Amino acid sequence: MKAWGSKLRRIRALVWKETHQVVRDPSSIAIGVVLPLILILLFGYGLSLDVRNVPIALVIEQPSAEAMELVAGFQLSPYFQPRVLRSMPAAQQQLLEHSVDGIVRIPADYSRHLGAGDAQLQLIVHGGDANRARIIQGYVGGAVGAWSARQQAQGRAIASAPVKLQTRLWFNEADDSSYFLVPGLVVLVMTLIGGLLTAMVMAREWERGTLEALLVTPVRSDEILLGKTLPYFLLALVGFALCVLSARYLFHVPLRGALWVLLGASMLYVLVALGIGLLISAWVKNQLVASQLTMLVTFMPAFMLSGFLFDLRSTPLVVQLISYALPARYYVALLQTVFLAGDVWSVIVPNTLALAGMAAALALGSRVAMRKTLE
Amino acid sequence: MNAAAPALIAQQLCKQFRRKDEAAVQALAGISLEARHGELTALVGPDGAGKTTLMRLAAGLLRADDGSLTVLGVDVGSDPQQVQDRIGYMPQRFGLYEDLTVAENLELYADLRGVSAAERAKRYPALMEMTALGPFRTRLAGQLSGGMKQKLGLACTLVRSPELLLLDEPTVGVDPLSRRELWEIVRGLVADQGLTVLLSTAYLDEAERCSRVILLHQGKVLSQSAPPEVAGLASGRCFVATPSAQQSARALQARLLDQADIIDAVPDGGRVRFVRGTGAAAAGAIDDVLRGLAVEAVAPRFEDGFMMLLRAHANREPLQAVLVTRPIAGRPDDAVVQVQQLLKKFGAFTAVDRISFEVRRGEIFALLGPNGAGKTTTFRMLCGLLTPSAGQLRVAGADVRSAPASARSRLGYVAQKFALYGPLSVIENLEFFASAYGLRGQRRRERIAWATQQFELADQLRAMSAQLPGGYKQRLAMAAALLHEPEILFLDEPTSGADPLARRAFWRRISALADQGVTIIVTTHFMQEAEYCDRVAIMDSGQVLSQGSPAEVRQRASTLARPEPSMEDAFIAVVEQARSRANASGTAPPVAA
Repeated sequence: MKAWGSKLRRIRALVWKETHQVVRDPSSIAIGVVLPLILILLFGYGLSLDVRNVPIALVIEQPSAEAMELVAGFQLSPYFQPRVLRSMPAAQQQLLEHSVDGIVRIPADYSRHLGAGDAQLQLIVHGGDANRARIIQGYVGGAVGAWSARQQAQGRAIASAPVKLQTRLWFNEADDSSYFLVPGLVVLVMTLIGGLLTAMVMAREWERGTLEALLVTPVRSDEILLGKTLPYFLLALVGFALCVLSARYLFHVPLRGALWVLLGASMLYVLVALGIGLLISAWVKNQLVASQLTMLVTFMPAFMLSGFLFDLRSTPLVVQLISYALPARYYVALLQTVFLAGDVWSVIVPNTLALAGMAAALALGSRVAMRKTLE
Repeated sequence: MNAAAPALIAQQLCKQFRRKDEAAVQALAGISLEARHGELTALVGPDGAGKTTLMRLAAGLLRADDGSLTVLGVDVGSDPQQVQDRIGYMPQRFGLYEDLTVAENLELYADLRGVSAAERAKRYPALMEMTALGPFRTRLAGQLSGGMKQKLGLACTLVRSPELLLLDEPTVGVDPLSRRELWEIVRGLVADQGLTVLLSTAYLDEAERCSRVILLHQGKVLSQSAPPEVAGLASGRCFVATPSAQQSARALQARLLDQADIIDAVPDGGRVRFVRGTGAAAAGAIDDVLRGLAVEAVAPRFEDGFMMLLRAHANREPLQAVLVTRPIAGRPDDAVVQVQQLLKKFGAFTAVDRISFEVRRGEIFALLGPNGAGKTTTFRMLCGLLTPSAGQLRVAGADVRSAPASARSRLGYVAQKFALYGPLSVIENLEFFASAYGLRGQRRRERIAWATQQFELADQLRAMSAQLPGGYKQRLAMAAALLHEPEILFLDEPTSGADPLARRAFWRRISALADQGVTIIVTTHFMQEAEYCDRVAIMDSGQVLSQGSPAEVRQRASTLARPEPSMEDAFIAVVEQARSRANASGTAPPVAA
C-alpha cells in the first residue's frame, strides 16, 4: 500500500509539473488548441471536393426566347458562371485556354428543330479532370432537364418527352463534400496533435537535459510515461472538442450516432496517437527530428491512406494492405460511420477493437523502449 | 550496512562506446577506485578521461561492460533503481524545468523523492538560506543566472539528504563569485552533515580542497590519494622567477615552456611559476633562460603534482606556438579597438551601460565578469553582430556602425560553443570557412595547409568535428577563425570546460599570436588566465568596474587584511564592492537570464 501511495504521489507530481509547463509554454497550447482550429478552418473551408461556380461558355448562335430562358437557368444556378458568346470559335479558344470548363452550344436552327421535336444541344466539357468533367456533365444535364420541364409545363409542346433527371445521394443529400471531409479532418487533427505533443515534449526533455536528472530519482519509467500521457491526453481532448463543435456548428455535419460512441472511439485514438509520439521520442532525442518524423509517420499516411480523401476500396491491393497497419484507417471508418450513418455496430465494434489493440501494443512498446538509461 | 565500507567501490570497471563509423572508444579501461563515507572525493583529469562516464555508471544511467561497481553496498548494474532512490545526482547540465519557478522545481523533486510535509517545512528554509535563493522563490528557473541555476540544481538534489551525492562538473561555466558560493555549500554539507560527495571538476584549486583526489586519464586511474601527496610529487622542483624589466611575464613563461625539461610554467602575479623536470641533460638550457633573473624555490601545490603525473603518463600535449605568415601592418602601439560610451539596451534592460576602453595592437585584452555582466553583448557589438544603442565603436580603424563589412573582414571570432559544423569533417569545416572568407585558389590551399600544420590538425582531418575531443575542437575553431589572417581575434570563453593541459596549449598559441602583432580580445572565467593578459577589464551589470594591467587591478583591490590578493580575490572584491554600493543606493543589480 505504501509503495502504491508513493507511486501515485510521484505520478501526481509529474502530471502537475507537465500541466504547469503546458500552461506556461505557449507552444503546447499552440499545438493542442490553435493548430486544430487552424487546420479545421483551413481544410474545412479550403479543401472541398464540390464543384461550384463552373465557368461555362454558352454559345447562342441565334437569339431566341427559348435560348434566353436557358441562359437565365444557367445564370441562376449556383453551380455555373455562364459567359454568353455568339460564335463557336471564340468559345473553343476559351476552352483551349481553360478559362471555361465547358461549352453549351445552342445551334442557329434550334428553335425550328424544337418545333419539330428533334432539337439538339451540344455540350463540350474540358476532360482534364475526369471527375470534375463527369460532375459538370451531370450538372448541365440537370440544368437542361429543368429547363425542358419548365417548357413543358408552360405548354410549349416538345414532341419527345424530356428526360427527367433526379439524383439522390445517400448520406450526402446536400451533395456537400464537407459531410465527408470534416469527420476525416477530425482524424487528421487528432493524429497530428496527439503524436506531436508527446514526441515534442519528450524530445525536449532529452534536449534540455531535464530527463537525466529526473532519471536518477525514485521515479520509475512507467510513471514518467503516465506523467506525460495524462496531461496531453486531456489537452488533445480539448482539441477534439473544438473539432466536433466546429464540425457540428460551422460545417453543419450531422451527428447521427451516439455522442458516447464518438467520444469513446476518439479517446482510444488519442491514446494511440500519443503512444506513437512516445515511441518516436524514445528513439529520437531531438525536437526537430521528432516532429518531422511524427509528421512523416502519422500525418502523411493518415492524409493519404486512411480513406479520408480517397475511398480505400478503389485503391490497389498493396495500398489497401498497408492501410490496415494505420490506426487512422480505423478511426476514419469509425468517425464517418458515427457522424453520417449512425451507430452501425458491425462497423463500430471491429474498428474499435483494432484501435484498442493498437493502443495496448503501443503502451507496451513505449514501456519497453523507455528504459532509465542513456544508452 | 557497514559504515566503514566505502560508499562507492569500482573494481576493474570497463565501459566502451561504439560509434557507427569508427572503432570502439574505451571510455573506462578497467579502473578500480573508491569513495569513502563522509568524505569529499574529487575526480579530475583531462577531457575524455572518463569522468562523466564514471558518474553516469554510478548513477545507474549506463551499464558497465565488465567489472563491478558497488554504490552504497548495492551492485548498480543489477539494481539501479535502489541506488537511484538513495543517491543525489547532478549532471553537468542540470535540467531544471525552466517554465517552473524556483519553488516549483523544488516541490517537484520533493514529491518525486517522497519528502513529507513536515520534513519540507524544515528542509526548504535551510536550502533557501544555503543557496541564497530565498528572494527568488517565485522566479522562473529559466530567468535565473547561470550560477543561480546551478545552486537551484544542487538544492533539488539535496531536497532529501542523499546517502551519496554525485556532482558532475558543478562549477563549469560558472563565474568566480558563484563558484565560490557553490563550493562553500558543498564543503559545508560535508563538514556539518557528514555528507559523502564525489565530484568531478576541471578546477585544480577545487580538487586541492578535497580529502581525496582521483586522477583519471584516458580511462585509467593515474593516482588516488590525498592532495598533499600529489603536491609532494613536485617537491623541490617548484620555483618562481621574476622577469627582467624589459621582459613580460608572459614572454618569460613562453620561453620557459619551450624548454624540453619544463613540466609546467604559468604566469602568476607578474612573475612566472614553473616546475622543473628530472632530466639533467636539458637543465643547462633552462639555466640559460633564467640567467640574471631572481629565482626562488616555493612549496609545491596540487596543480604542480598534477602536471607531473600527467606529463609522466600522457604523451606530451603539444605546446606549439603559432607562426603568422604575414606580418601585421601598422605600428605596435596603435589603438586597434576604441570603445567610447558604448550602450546597448534590450527594451528596458541595459545590457551594456556606457563602457569605454581601448585595445592596442598586439595586446591581449580580457573582459572578466560574472554571468550576465554584458561581456558577450559587448563582444557581439565589437564584431558587428549587434548594433549599439549609442556610443562610438571603432575596430581596425573602421567605424563598425557605418562599415561593418570591411571591419568584419579584418577580425576573427570564436564563439562560446565553437561554431563548427558537427556533421562536417575537419577538412570540410576548414574548406567551408575558407570559402566563407572568400579565399580562393592558391591562397586558399596555402591557408588550409597553414592551419592544418600550425594547429596540428593533420591526424584527424577526416574525422567528423562533432566527435572530436574538446581540445581538438578548440584548435579547429581557432584555426578556422584565423584562416583569413585577421588583425584582431575575438574569443568568447574559449577555455570554458577545457582541462589544464588544453588550456596551457591554448595560451601558448595566443601568446605567440600576440607577439606577432595580432590583437586578442578574450573573455574567461579562469582568473589565473587573466595573468596572461596585458590588460583586463572587470565588468558587472553592464559597467566596467576596474581596468588596467593585471598588476594594477590586483593592486587596487589590495587591503590590509589581504595585501597581495590573487586575481580571483581581486575580482570577487571588486564585484562585491560594486554590488553593495548599488544595493545601498537602492538599485539592485539586474540578474540576466
